[in-house]
Amino acid sequence: MNSSTELIMPNVVLTCLQTTKFKTGCLSINLLTPLNRETASKNALIPMVLCRGTSSLPDMAAISSRLDSLYGARIKPVVRKKGEIQVIGLYANFADEAFIPEESSILEQITSLMGEMLLMPRTQSGLFLREYVESERDKLLELIRGRINDKRAYSMQRLFELMCAMEDYSTDRLGTESEAENITAAELTQHYHSVLASSPIEVFYCGSAAPSRVKAALISALAPLPRSNEDPEDMGTDIRMNSLEEKPRYFEDEMQVTQGKLAIGFRLGSCMEDPDPASIRVFNAVYGGCVTSKLFMNVREKLSLCYFASSSADLHKGILAVSSGIEFDKYDAALSEILSQLEAVRRGDISEQELSAAKSSVASDYRTVEDSPVALEDFYLNQALIGPDHSPSELAALVEEVTADEVVQIAKGVECDAIYFLRGLKEDN
Amino acid sequence: MQKSYFEKIDETLISEVLPNGLKINIIPKPQFSKSFAMFATNYGGADRRFKLADRWIDTPAGVAHFLEHKMFDMPDGNALNVLSSRGASPNAFTSSGITAYYFESTNSFEENLRTLLSFVSTPYFTPESVQKEQGIIGQEIRMVEDNPSYVVYNNLMRCLYAENPVRDSVAGTVESIAEITHETLYHCHKVFYNPSNMTLSVVGNVDPESVIKMALEMLPVEPGEVPERDYGGKETSLPHQSEISASMEVSAPQFLFGAKLEPKKSGKARLRQMITGEIALRLLMGLSSPFFTRLYADGLLNNSFEYELDYTAGTAMILAGGESKNVEGVMNEFRSEIAKIASEGLSAELFENTRKSYYGSQLRILGSFSALSQSLADGAFADYCPLDAFEEINSISLSDVQNFIMENFTPEKLALSVISPL
Repeated sequence: MNSSTELIMPNVVLTCLQTTKFKTGCLSINLLTPLNRETASKNALIPMVLCRGTSSLPDMAAISSRLDSLYGARIKPVVRKKGEIQVIGLYANFADEAFIPEESSILEQITSLMGEMLLMPRTQSGLFLREYVESERDKLLELIRGRINDKRAYSMQRLFELMCAMEDYSTDRLGTESEAENITAAELTQHYHSVLASSPIEVFYCGSAAPSRVKAALISALAPLPRSNEDPEDMGTDIRMNSLEEKPRYFEDEMQVTQGKLAIGFRLGSCMEDPDPASIRVFNAVYGGCVTSKLFMNVREKLSLCYFASSSADLHKGILAVSSGIEFDKYDAALSEILSQLEAVRRGDISEQELSAAKSSVASDYRTVEDSPVALEDFYLNQALIGPDHSPSELAALVEEVTADEVVQIAKGVECDAIYFLRGLKEDN
Repeated sequence: MQKSYFEKIDETLISEVLPNGLKINIIPKPQFSKSFAMFATNYGGADRRFKLADRWIDTPAGVAHFLEHKMFDMPDGNALNVLSSRGASPNAFTSSGITAYYFESTNSFEENLRTLLSFVSTPYFTPESVQKEQGIIGQEIRMVEDNPSYVVYNNLMRCLYAENPVRDSVAGTVESIAEITHETLYHCHKVFYNPSNMTLSVVGNVDPESVIKMALEMLPVEPGEVPERDYGGKETSLPHQSEISASMEVSAPQFLFGAKLEPKKSGKARLRQMITGEIALRLLMGLSSPFFTRLYADGLLNNSFEYELDYTAGTAMILAGGESKNVEGVMNEFRSEIAKIASEGLSAELFENTRKSYYGSQLRILGSFSALSQSLADGAFADYCPLDAFEEINSISLSDVQNFIMENFTPEKLALSVISPL
C-alpha cells in the first residue's frame, strides 16, 4: 500500500492512499492548532458548529438528509489532542463508488459538501447563528461534564491535569467548563476566521480514487480558503524528560464509586531525545501494553489485585501512563506491584518469551493499521506531526529488530512523576 | 462446501455444515493482512434452566460468563497467552444468548485457529482456579456497577421482562457466582459446547478448505444433544413495569427506553424483520429524522443518543437512549412522533433516503471483520445469511416499515429506565 503526499495549496498537505481494498472510503480535513487552556474549548466548538448548517443546507436535517441520499455517508466533527497540538476538523466516511452502481461521483459530492461545511457555514450578519453556537456550546458543556461518567477515562484525565499542571498538555481536548461557558457567537466567529487563515491543514484520503482526482476535488472545494504565503506559527509539543519533583507527587479524589481507579504517570525520559517508536512500543508492550505484559500477568492474573491494569505510551508528549481498577484496600499492594514490575524491566528481567510476545503484539498492531481506513487516517496524521517516515508495515518490520537491551535502556530512563487515586467516599469505607 | 458469490458487493461466502452439525461460514479477504475467527456457542447468560434426558436442571446465574473466563485455561498453559505470544489479539464475550471466543491475527492463522478450536472444546477446571476466578469476576461485577450505561440497560431489562432471565445480569451476582464449582462448569460445557450447538465464522486472508479440514479433524465426531431451554413463562407484549429509576455519580440524566417485539424465529422471515426494524429505527430516530434533528436542536438530545434492534435468547427488543436533561420531554416527543406517523403516514422520500443510508451502513459492516463474523454467527444460529440483506432490502416496502412502527412503538409497550445524578 503506497501513500503519496503533496502540498496542494499553501500549508495544505494532502496524503492519499489509493486502494481498492475497502468498501468504504474516508476523507478528513484537519486544522492544526496549538493546544492551550484559553482556546481549547473554542477550537473544539468550531467543527461542531460547522456541522449544524451551511449556506445552502441550512440545518442539520438538510445536511443529514443529503448524506443519507449519498448512501449513508457520514461527516463528523473531530477534535483530537496530539501532544500539545489540538487537531480539529471534519471526518467523512462514505460508500466506495465501486459498490454503488447508480453513483459515480460520491467522492466529488462529499468533498464539495465538506468544503462548504468548513468554509461557508450558515451565518447571520456575518456571524455564526447564535442559536447554533449556544446549542453546540451547551452540548460541549454536557460532554465536558459527562467525563465523570466513565471513571477509568476520567481518572486518566485527572492524572494528566494534575501531573502536567504547568504544561499545556494538562488541557483536555475539549477544554474546560469555565472557558466553554462564556463563548459567544461573535467571539467564536472571529476565532474561526483566525484559525482558518493561520492553521496548517492536513488532508487525508483513503479509497479507490486516484490522487489526481482527489486533489482536483479538493482544490475546487477549498478554493475560498484564506491562505497566507507566510509560514504558519511554530507549533509543537514541549517534551519534559524528568519528573517534576524528586519523589512522585500523590493526588486523590473522592467519589461515590464501588471500585477505585489508580492512575500512574511517568515521563518516558531520555528515549524521547531521539524517539524510536518501534522500541518504545515494544517496551510498553513488555511492561503493560498487552495481555502477555508484566502488569497483566502479575498484577491481574497472578496476584488478582485488580480487574484491569495496563499501560500506554504517548509518543507525542513522552508520557507513559498506567491505568488500573482496584478495590480501595488494595491500593498499597497494587501500587507497589505496578512499580516493582517496572523495576523488573529495568533490571533486564525479561524472558525470551515475554520479548517475542511483546514484539509480535506490536508488529501485529502496526500491520492491522493497513486494514482499516480509520486507523490509517490516524496513523498518517501522527506521522505528519511527529514522523518517522515509515509505513505501518515498515514499522512492523522494525519492531522485529528490537532487542531486550533496548527495552531495558528505555525502562531505565523512565521516571514516575505522579500517582492519582479515585476512591470512594471516606464514610463508605 | 457451498460457495456463493455476491456480485453487488463483490464478496464470496463459503458455507459448510460438518457431519457433527457444526456450521462454518467463511468470507475470504485476500487483500487484507489480518484474519478474524470466531467460535461461538448458542449458550448465554439466560440459558440457566434446561432439560437433559427428561430432567430439568437449574444452574446459578453467571455460569456461561464464568465458563468464558475459564475456558482459556488449558492443561498445559493459558490459551490467551499462547495466542497473544504469537501476536494475535484474542478475546471473548458472553451475552444473554451466546458465548463467543475469537482472535484477530496477522500471521500464523492456522496455528491460531488450531489453538482456538482446541481450547474452546477442551474443558479444564480445578477447584483452585475456579475459586480464584470468583475474585476476578467479583471485581468485574463491581466495576460494571459504576458504569451508568450498564446499569441503565440492566434496569430496563428488569422492566421489560417479567420472566425471561435476560432480566438478570449476564455475569450473575457475587452471591450467585459463589455457588459455581468446577463441576458446574464441566457439566455446562458438556451440555452446551457440542458442535451441533456451535458455529465457526472466519473472515480474512485465509484458505477456506484448510479451515474446514481443521475443524473436521479437531472437533468431536458426535454432534451431541441440543438441550431444550426454559426461559420462564410466556412474556406478554407489554412491559412488566413501565418505569424504573436509580441515582448514580453521573453528570446528567441517562436514559434508555425500549419495547419487546415478537421475534421471527429464523430464516428469511427473521432477516426481513431485522431489515424492516432497522430501517424503521433509522427513519424514526436516525440522524436525519425529524424526531432527532428537532430534539437535538432543542437541546433535549445530544450525540450520545443511540438506538438498536436486538435479538437475544429467544427475545427481540428495540432499545434507544442516551443523555438528556429532560427525559420526560424526550418521551413525550417520541410518543407524539408515533402518533403523527399513525395519522399522516411516512414520507416516501424519507423512506427512500433511509433505505439508501441503511445500504451504506451495511457496506460499512463488511469492513469490520469482527462485526461481520458476529453477524455470520448470529445468522448461523437463526438460519439466515446476513449477506442476503443487500438484495432483500429492495423488497422492503414503505408499508412494511409503517406497519412495524405501528405494531411495536405504541405507548403502552414502552418501558423507560433512567439514571439521575445524585
